[in-house]
Amino acid sequence: MMTYLQKFNHRNLKERLIKLFFSGTSITALVILISIFAFLFITGIQTFSEISIIDFIFGANWNPTAYAEPAWGILALVVGTLMITIGSLVIAIPLGIASAIYLAEIANPKVREILKPIIEMIASIPSVVLGLIGILFLSPLIAKIFGLSNGLNALTASIVVGIMVLPTIISISEDVLTSLPNEFREASLALGSTKWQTIRMTLLPAAMPGIMAAVMLGLGRAVGETMAVLMVAGNARAMPFSFFDPVRPMTANIAIEIKEVVKGSLHYNALFAIGLVLFIMTFIVNFLSDLIIERQARKYKW
Amino acid sequence: MVNETVRQNMYFTLFRIATFFSVLILLFVMLYVLKEGIGVINIKFLTSMWSHRDITQGGILPAIVGTLFLGIGVAIISIPIGISTAIYLNEYAKDTFFTRMIKLAIRNLAGVPSVVYGLFGLAVFVMFLNLGTSLIAASLTLGCMTLPWIITTSEEALKSVPLSFREGSYALGSTKWQTIKKNVLPHSMSGMLTGSILGVSRAMGETAPIIMVGATFFMAYLPTSVFDKFMALPYHLFILATQHSSPYSREYALGTALVLIVMVFLLNLGVFIIRYRLRRKKDW
Repeated sequence: MMTYLQKFNHRNLKERLIKLFFSGTSITALVILISIFAFLFITGIQTFSEISIIDFIFGANWNPTAYAEPAWGILALVVGTLMITIGSLVIAIPLGIASAIYLAEIANPKVREILKPIIEMIASIPSVVLGLIGILFLSPLIAKIFGLSNGLNALTASIVVGIMVLPTIISISEDVLTSLPNEFREASLALGSTKWQTIRMTLLPAAMPGIMAAVMLGLGRAVGETMAVLMVAGNARAMPFSFFDPVRPMTANIAIEIKEVVKGSLHYNALFAIGLVLFIMTFIVNFLSDLIIERQARKYKW
Repeated sequence: MVNETVRQNMYFTLFRIATFFSVLILLFVMLYVLKEGIGVINIKFLTSMWSHRDITQGGILPAIVGTLFLGIGVAIISIPIGISTAIYLNEYAKDTFFTRMIKLAIRNLAGVPSVVYGLFGLAVFVMFLNLGTSLIAASLTLGCMTLPWIITTSEEALKSVPLSFREGSYALGSTKWQTIKKNVLPHSMSGMLTGSILGVSRAMGETAPIIMVGATFFMAYLPTSVFDKFMALPYHLFILATQHSSPYSREYALGTALVLIVMVFLLNLGVFIIRYRLRRKKDW
């Protein structure tokens, strides 16, 4: 009897240790997120001991290496990021939602099974390769079409980033549409609606929150995209006024300048402050889309 | 009614065109890189060291090796932690505040821009832990970036194992760990590993973070320790495309892109085939 109890306890202890091990490793993700924020914050915040936060956010001129009077305003960079984000979404939203509707509702299942992984494969093209094609193929084409001397501008970057966010939007919107209960379709068709009327008046309204979330996830990716915009956006620090102007988004600015700065200098700290702004922007976007997806998922149980 | 049918056909045709356009983009990218890049591919290009003076005399071996080492490093760091986190979340965790925080962190980590991971890696691994710009610092940085993808796909693999598998095992008196080890992992391990490989293959194509934490454009030798710098295919092609003065840099950038794409797509294709076979074998 005694030995049985001892053995039982031993087994119990082992089970508990294993559980402890798994829960211990799962903290890693939380630790990483918190330390990303902490390190960005601690380094970035030091910028503001020398530069006012108002000048940093609303200054239109970014020129930290100027000999006479360095300027530390990120507004032009933020505008660059926003232009490319909006431009890419204008391209990716209609294309993405149309493809999602086709895959979910129109295509026959066999075609869908082949096309969906192919489209998701776009996500696995390294962004530097898309940037290369942007430089070599797309920007000369854009320059020719619009009669520009140089095709490296916000428009070209928007197209390349639009391609990059396309798979995100298609894949999630398609999941949302297929997860809608079949009764929705049957009820609408039973009332004599055509398939398109069913999609337009029943399925799309029901899926709208989920599609919104897909768009916001795409938006988060567009804001954070670095290599493609670094290569094709033109890299000018001046405030852009149209989509034909070259721009330098925040991500590209960090990637260009971080190699050249002295560690611990004001410039180094300021780049971390830009990183902090990026982190907060994407965090808010992801948090909101997450909230929407969770609500939608609870409603239709996918 | 006739009008409705016409309208429906019009819209459906539009949607079909949109879908095929998306597919065309992928085909175009592959064909363009293949057509323009194949010219410089030969045995010498793939197997010799990089020649800095005359790029036509050298090869990209160190960049291929560097990217492979990086992939291995990322896999070693992120796959064990990723899979065991997924096991905890799916098999052990109850819906507590702690679990919800971890899930929130995972989803938000997946949305952090890669350039921010680069800053993080620079501040933590390169400077704070004093690893220098090195293979190990880059592997750790990209490992952090890959972790949320691996956790998410591993969780999906675990969820696809029916509950009855676990209940049957408990009914026979097995403990939780015995159940997981004998009845859950054997049916989900391949799914978890294939998903993880996809995550690692995406990390191998990343450029922005490794610019900051260890990649270099020119190295006269292959990395011999984890504290060495390394060359990497994506960074190599980025420099060739944007900052190199040789008249041949365009062809060589495309050749490098081709090697990178083939590496990433072979991994993807392998995963796709394995999964397809597994799905047909499953009979629950």
